[in-house]
Amino acid sequence: MSFWERNQLKLAPFIFLTPAVSLFLLFVIYPIIDSIWVSFHDWSGVARYALNEDGTYKNFKWVGLKNYIDLFTYDDEFYVSLLNNLKWFVFSLLAIPLGLLLALFLNQNIFGMRYIKSFFYFPFVINAVVIGVIFSWFYNPKYGSLAYLLNIFGLDPIPVLSDEVLATYGIIAASFFPGIAYTMILYITGLTSVSKEMVEAGRIDGASGLTMLWHIIIPQLRPATLIAVVVTIVGALRSFDLIAVMTLGGPWGSTKVLAYKMYEEALFNFRMGYGAAIAVILFLLMSIYIAWFLYRLFKQEKGEK
Amino acid sequence: MFPTPIQNYSLTTNIVYRILLGVTLFIWLLPLIAVMLTSIRTFEDILVGDYWSWPEETAIISNYTAIFESGKMSRFFLNSVIITLPTVFGTLFLSSMAGYSLAVHKFKLNLLLFCMFIAGNFVPFQILMIPVRMLTIDLGIYNSHFGLIIFHIAFQTGFCTFFLRNFIKELPFELIEAARADGASEWLIYRKIILPLLTPSLAALGVLEFTFIWNDYFWALILTQGDNVKPITIGLDMLRGQWVATYNLIAAGSVLAALPPVIMFFAMQRHFIMGLTFGAVKG
Repeated sequence: MSFWERNQLKLAPFIFLTPAVSLFLLFVIYPIIDSIWVSFHDWSGVARYALNEDGTYKNFKWVGLKNYIDLFTYDDEFYVSLLNNLKWFVFSLLAIPLGLLLALFLNQNIFGMRYIKSFFYFPFVINAVVIGVIFSWFYNPKYGSLAYLLNIFGLDPIPVLSDEVLATYGIIAASFFPGIAYTMILYITGLTSVSKEMVEAGRIDGASGLTMLWHIIIPQLRPATLIAVVVTIVGALRSFDLIAVMTLGGPWGSTKVLAYKMYEEALFNFRMGYGAAIAVILFLLMSIYIAWFLYRLFKQEKGEK
Repeated sequence: MFPTPIQNYSLTTNIVYRILLGVTLFIWLLPLIAVMLTSIRTFEDILVGDYWSWPEETAIISNYTAIFESGKMSRFFLNSVIITLPTVFGTLFLSSMAGYSLAVHKFKLNLLLFCMFIAGNFVPFQILMIPVRMLTIDLGIYNSHFGLIIFHIAFQTGFCTFFLRNFIKELPFELIEAARADGASEWLIYRKIILPLLTPSLAALGVLEFTFIWNDYFWALILTQGDNVKPITIGLDMLRGQWVATYNLIAAGSVLAALPPVIMFFAMQRHFIMGLTFGAVKG
């Protein structure tokens, strides 16, 4: 027996995992650590390792917590972005009941339903740029269909995307189109596995409609709801694409979220350390949420056993 | 079945349901119908602001050739293909190997590595942005197809490894033990036993990854600069600035940018839904 044959089981994990793990360490784990490090520095993004004559870094200066202190004390836009993230967080969740509603509406076996469902699903695969283009037109106060609809009711057009208060809600509404498609897919799949016996038993006991939905159906849809909540919230904290396409953070920075502000500070204002500090805060918010989520999942599994 | 099958109701209810279904579907698809209609309109229609009537004269051929000729759209489209396909195959290859090992091999770091891959899924992109950009510059792969491909593979491997590890874990372990007893090497087991059994899940992940990568906007924005590398998402956004009021061309570009994932979805719908709802049925 050769060395390889004898030790195969011990060496195999190393060989199978090395490509994936090394790429992941290089492009995901190391950047997280480095971002945290950068956030304690003042740096414009050029020649990070250039040295002064006394051996200290020329362009990469340690400033301690200054970036964080500046963010929290002087930067009003930071609070606007944080508040917008909160709005995304709260309102995106509406896609979940709306998706459930549509799933219940579509959960019938009639001729051609399979194809009808596909047409309800497929907006999910359309990219944010196209969704952004479509909804920018929809809101266009001159030609848009929103203005057209309002006109039917004798109302003046509302320039949603150039209104400081409404713009963020306008973008969140655009995110509903693929968002609802996604939660609907989850719920329709979930509905097919709802126990028939329990539904029948419920009917015999006289439960119907909303009572049935609330007490028998929704509890059984819990796995689907859980995934919908996780994906929707992570999506809300990651929101960037639609904002970049629809408003570029405007009007007057009113639609910025942390992700967008970070991108702007780092790549347009050349404040890498400051940008990194925003990214770290976003990362911490996400971590708290994930930790809370994993903790609940863990407790729940323990409780069931 | 819930709700009660519509067949149990009266004929009137059935008719009303079908009409309501048709109306809902129409409203749901209206934004997309509008874009498709606009993409075949003539410049004259656009100039007078006619967006909703059925176009009497269509410019389907001239609009779509125009975006290819003047708008570099064909270059962007090709870039998207060049970036997306190797990423999908690379990700599936690396993550199926990693998933196999995490599912069947016992070693100290196993759980830690698995947790690392799961946690990586939730990371906000911005915390990776500055270092990844600098890293690609230092490695000389900034603004190249390869730079985007390698980064996407690294990041997406987290999600796919998680998915495949759980799937392999549910396969009967006796299969592997029997093969080992017959003297099959680990590589042979992976190649000849695991991969064939994984085919449906690899297809499910493949279509999902295709969509994610094709639709990527953020990383292309961060890691590319020139027209020779930019994928179609960035290209379309850029052309929107150049074409300002020629809505018919922007619409045609949008249709083109949206089409490949849509075709993929309709062609592989079963796999697509399976990948998307993994875990939604039984938690």
